[in-house]
Amino acid sequence: MGRIRAVFEDFGGQVLFAGETLAWAVRPPFRLELLLHQAAAIGVGSTFIVAVTGLFSGMVLALQGNYAMRQFGAEGYVGGFVAISLVRELGPVFTALMVTGRSGSAITTELGTMRVTEQIDAMESMAVNPVHYLVVPRVVAATLMMPILSVVFSAMGYLGGYLIGVYVSLIPPGPYLDHTKSMLDVPDMTHGLSKAVMFGAVVSLIATYRGYSASGGARGVGDATTQAVVWSSVAILVVDYLLTFISIG
Amino acid sequence: MIRISGLSKAFGDKEVLRGISLDVEEGTTFVVLGASGSGKTVLLKHVIGLLKPDAGTVHVDGMEISALSGRALTEARRVFGMVFQGAALFDSMTVFDNVAFPVRERERRIPHDELLARVIESLRVVDLGEDVLDEWPSQLSGGMRKRVSLARALVANPKIVLYDEPTTGLDPITTNSVDSMIDQAKHRRGVTSMVISHDIASAFRVADRLAVLYDGRIAAQGTPEEVRRSDDPYVQRFLSLWFEKQ
Ligand SMILES: Nc1ncnc2c1ncn2[C@@H]1O[C@H](COP(=O)(O)OP(=O)(O)OP(=O)(O)O)[C@@H](O)[C@H]1O
Ligand SMILES: [Mg+2]
Repeated sequence: MGRIRAVFEDFGGQVLFAGETLAWAVRPPFRLELLLHQAAAIGVGSTFIVAVTGLFSGMVLALQGNYAMRQFGAEGYVGGFVAISLVRELGPVFTALMVTGRSGSAITTELGTMRVTEQIDAMESMAVNPVHYLVVPRVVAATLMMPILSVVFSAMGYLGGYLIGVYVSLIPPGPYLDHTKSMLDVPDMTHGLSKAVMFGAVVSLIATYRGYSASGGARGVGDATTQAVVWSSVAILVVDYLLTFISIG
Repeated sequence: MIRISGLSKAFGDKEVLRGISLDVEEGTTFVVLGASGSGKTVLLKHVIGLLKPDAGTVHVDGMEISALSGRALTEARRVFGMVFQGAALFDSMTVFDNVAFPVRERERRIPHDELLARVIESLRVVDLGEDVLDEWPSQLSGGMRKRVSLARALVANPKIVLYDEPTTGLDPITTNSVDSMIDQAKHRRGVTSMVISHDIASAFRVADRLAVLYDGRIAAQGTPEEVRRSDDPYVQRFLSLWFEKQ
């Protein structure tokens, strides 16, 4: 019982924190240099890993697609299948999971360390609101960077899928590209991008909240980081289901 | 002025402060003495609203700090500077950016030359030269970190300064210059200071009034002379050990 109660209290705290972040996000001063710094940190931190996982995901999709569709003689549709899977689903979800592991955990550790070494108290004592100064730039940056990284993932994935589909599975490149064009629509892209935006906000809010409310020294920061990664991963899949359901359910 | 009345605070079932009342008059220096773990830091954090009391109030210049939150509290903190016991320097910023931080946040359009001059000046007061400007906090010694945090607390010319053990870990000469720094701020700019100290010599040197904290209460409070003559047994024991050595 105590555990369930703690989870609900946690969730309540998280929601209030998100509200507070939103309220401060629209207040001046807008610290553009901090935003750019965070966007660069997330970009530098995550682009490589997102590109590599994207490439391999696309390659696997092409192999699996070819295996399934060849049975119906439909291997020409593999290109469309790979593209739609990446853009609507795998791009946003895998990117969010990668950003959680790479940048989300780093954010929690950094803010958690600042909390337990009283750097956050010190900032408050200087009449600067730490949510405004520390949390807002990270959340805004992650929300902006996630769709960009998601596009990187999907583009690399499509490239990987093409290489495998055309050069390994020997699907003719003409139909491969044609079916991509006829199957992939603008709504697929907006669906994928809106997921990525939501994931960016959710992942960064969880990461910052865990760090911001960390306590209990180095060990507490470690626990907070673990919690941030676990809950972000769960949240990504739950939010993914909800958004997919709203869109096509 | 700072007025603390009936302040109580517990963490779980551990009662740290039990009904503390004291006044710090404007333009004076108030020193808080007490054993390790007696709640001095907890008391100081209430003054700037980093902790909320379970009972009692803290007023600063007539405003009830202990009742404020959010943006109003942030605004109310503009009159303060605070030195943390563990320095609490931002470890992702250089010494320059640390000390410049409170100035930049208050005067967003300050020209760089002027900012640099003010940072150098504040560091000079604590006997640090320009060579430390580009150092990172992790590269400094404990005493240097403490001095940088003193510079950071004073650089924006706050009206009220809270010092949590400003001289712990400093050599006698630097301790002396920190003491005179506190005095100069008082005499030149009418700064109100609240100082937590373990250094009884320096406490009696800088204090206009002082208080000894014991068991969550104030065991004695008054001018240095009054506290010295207090007949509270704890205060006697606390001070006699030190006076014997003189
Ligand atoms: N956030 C907190 N949570 C739980 N207990 C706390 C917290 N902060 C302080 N305490 C407890 O309150 C008591 C007083 O702590 P405080 O830091 O005020 O002592 P202090 O007088 O400053 O000691 P020192 O001279 O060693 O710095 C301690 O027993 C400490 O364990
Ligand atoms: Mg203390």
